[in-house]
Parts: sequence; C-alpha cells; structure tokens
Amino acid sequence: MARGVSPVVVVVVAKRPALGIALTLWPGLIYATVLPEDRADVLYHSYEGGGVTISGPSVLVRKQSSTNSSVVANYYVDMVSSASIDVVTTASKYEEQRKEKSLGFDYLHGKNKMTVSYKVSKENDYSAKSAHFDISQDMFGDLTTVSLGYSRGWDVVGKRNDASFARNTDRQNYRVGVSQILTRNMIMGASFETITDEGFLNNPYRSVRYLDSGVSRGYSYQAEVYPRTHTSNALAFRAKYFLPYRAALYAELRLYQDDWGVVGQNMEIGYTQPLGDYWILDGHVRTYSQTKADFYSDLFPDQNAQNFLARDKELSTFSNITLGMSASYEFAHGGWRFIDKASVNLAYDYIQFNFKDFRDLRNVSSVGQEPLYSYNANVVQFFVSIWY
Amino acid sequence: MKARLSHCYVNNMLRRCFTLLAIALSLGGCAAIEPWVKPYERANLADPIMSFSRDPVSSAYTSHVYDAREGARGAGGESGGGCGCS
Repeated sequence: MARGVSPVVVVVVAKRPALGIALTLWPGLIYATVLPEDRADVLYHSYEGGGVTISGPSVLVRKQSSTNSSVVANYYVDMVSSASIDVVTTASKYEEQRKEKSLGFDYLHGKNKMTVSYKVSKENDYSAKSAHFDISQDMFGDLTTVSLGYSRGWDVVGKRNDASFARNTDRQNYRVGVSQILTRNMIMGASFETITDEGFLNNPYRSVRYLDSGVSRGYSYQAEVYPRTHTSNALAFRAKYFLPYRAALYAELRLYQDDWGVVGQNMEIGYTQPLGDYWILDGHVRTYSQTKADFYSDLFPDQNAQNFLARDKELSTFSNITLGMSASYEFAHGGWRFIDKASVNLAYDYIQFNFKDFRDLRNVSSVGQEPLYSYNANVVQFFVSIWY
Repeated sequence: MKARLSHCYVNNMLRRCFTLLAIALSLGGCAAIEPWVKPYERANLADPIMSFSRDPVSSAYTSHVYDAREGARGAGGESGGGCGCS
C-alpha cells in the first residue's frame, strides 16, 4: 500500500475490502503509477520444429529495493541443435548455446515511472549488448498511460571456424505507446515502434542459389548480400474485455512494413477462463502473413543477378497460424513463510508455417519446380512463479 | 543510397515526434479531466486475467519465438538480445 497509492483509492479500499483484495492482485491499472509486483519465475522452454530444437531455462526475479524503486534481473539460455532446411541443404548440423543476462532498474516519481536496463547476449558466433530506457506517465484521472522508450544495441557478428571474422551492427529502437481504460470492463492499448539497423545484416553462413547450366543439378550457390541499413515500423493495437461471468476476451492486431519491402500483419484472439479460485485456463489463435523482401528470390536467374541477394525464408512470402492453450494453477493463496502466493503453469503452442516462394531442395525435381516448403513447430513452456 | 536517405529521414522525423510527445507528456499532468470510469468502478479491470502480460517471463519468451521466425519486429513489448534462431 505504500507504493504510490492515490488517496482516493485508499478511501475506496478501506470501505470495500473485497475490492482491496482485487486491487492487491493487480495494482497496475488502479493505483497511480506503481512498481511491478515482487515475484520470481523459473521457466523451462522448448521449441521443436523444422529440424531445429531449442530448449533451456529462464529465470526472472524482481524485487523492490525501496518505496520507489525496484530491481529486475533475468538469466536466459537457448540450447540449440539445428538441422534446419538451410543447414541440411548447404551446411551440416550444429549445436550451440546462447546465454542472455539482463539487469533493470525502475524508479517511481509521482505518476511517472522510469526504467533503465542493460542486456547482454552471447553465443559462439554472435554477441549483442543493448541499453534500454523507458518512461511512462499516468494522466487524465489515471485512465490513460503514455509511454516512451529508446534502445541502443551493439551487435558483433562472428563466424565459426574463422576467428578473424567480426562485423558490427548498430541498432536503435524508438517506441511510443498508450494504454486507455475505455469502460469499467474494457482496456485497450496502442504502440508504435521504429527500429533502425546499420552494419552487417547478413547471416554469414547463408547462400542464395542461381541457375547454372554448367553443373548437373542445374543451379549453384553464392553468398547472400544484404543492404547495410534496415528501417522498420510496427503499429500494434491490443484490447481486453471483461465478460459478465469473470472471463476475458482479448485481441491484437499488428501492422508492419520496412524499407526492404516486407509488409506483414498478425492478428490474435484469445479467451481466458478462471475455474474456481485456483485454475486459469487460456486458449488463443494467432495468424501471421508477410510479403517478401525486394531482393529475395528462391532462384536467381544468374550469378550476381542484382546488387542485393537474399534467400532467407524469413524474408520470403509466407504465413503461419498458431493454436495455443495454457493452464495455470495457483496455490499458497493464504501465504506461506515469505511467499504471498504461487502458481505452476503449462503452456503449449502449435505453429504451422507455409511458405509461398521458398522451395524444399531436399526433394530432387526440375530446377525451380521443387515442392514449396512447410513445417510445423511445437512450443512448450513450463514455469513456476512465486510472489513475495 | 535510397536506404540511407530513408534512414536519415526516419530518424529526423522520430526526433521531432519524440520532442512533441515529451511536451505533451509534461502538459498532460496539468490537465484536469474528470475520469469517466471512477476508481471504485475498476474492480473488473484489476482482475489478473485482464493484464496484457500476466506472466512477463512467458510473454518475453513468446515474443522471442516469433521475432526469430518472422520478418516483422517491434511494437511487441520486448526488445534487444541476440538471435539463437537458425
């Protein structure tokens, strides 16, 4: 209650204890700007699809350090075993690890909250450092929260078996957002983010293919060539609606475009249903589609056909659909030792990817007539959370 | 060259937008608008199921899964980090 509570809320809570309990569970919308809750999460994640398996832990801990500040730290690991379509057609299977650490600090001043954080990510052929600054302000009777953010990132791209290879990439993110209480049952948010990259933006291992009548299979490979700058804009809208029988409907729409010619959008709708005091079930459907980059082709007509060349399937024309569900079981509601409450959670997502102009070269066929590539992925998250 | 010009133009435009927003933020605190949803009417909104990100550790991971496999990026609430994707 000491965390930036507006006087009017104190009076209301004193008169309505049941509402006070609800406010304690999720104070973000009700109090004037407050710090996030003290909690710790330990997550195990697993992604399996398209010949790639990635799994590992993520630990997130947040603790209030004074009445108006808190510290948050995250340790995250990806253990990668990759025999993706790119790898099996032009290279050989590999395994690697990526470790990411971040440390953040929140500071509260009246209705204003500032967050600074620093993140470091390292794998054997890629390292990334980034600094982030965000500020948000509640206004108009705390119905509206406006936020601004800026990030700066410094990446170094390396290459396995070539210690001398090191290329830099700098990144800047500019973001603005607003969340708005519309009615006593509905909240919505809008956010816009521009990201600019400058430097080496290729994957140093990936190749493009081009028609070559001089070889028996009919095509040869050359290294990809990307522009040295990339600027993208994304605009997202989100809304949540509280149903009369304690359940929630939510939806998201994101529109995307960049100066490489990629135009994309994703939509998601979901439904959250609590069961009794302990269970929360959730189901959602998400779709995504994009057009290809201007310099993407599955098969170029000849070598050095143009100044920029890409055959990255993430820059092709494709779509995907996700069907997901999750279950959360809360326990220790009444508190236990230093724990206020706890939950155990399981989430599963099935994702189907369908590519429109990226072909599966594992199937021998006439050049340019190979079947289009598609794959599905299974994503599992299991995590335990405690609030203290 | 075209990409470079576009890069500079967007940066200048964003700087102006940020300045205007910063001014709007500072003036916003002075506005006296009567809230149409009173604090005591926000019990439903306070329910944990109404949070856009009920479990930040899970939201961050989900964003990473999509960022690594889709061309689109940004406006998803998460940022930074490496790839670990292919």
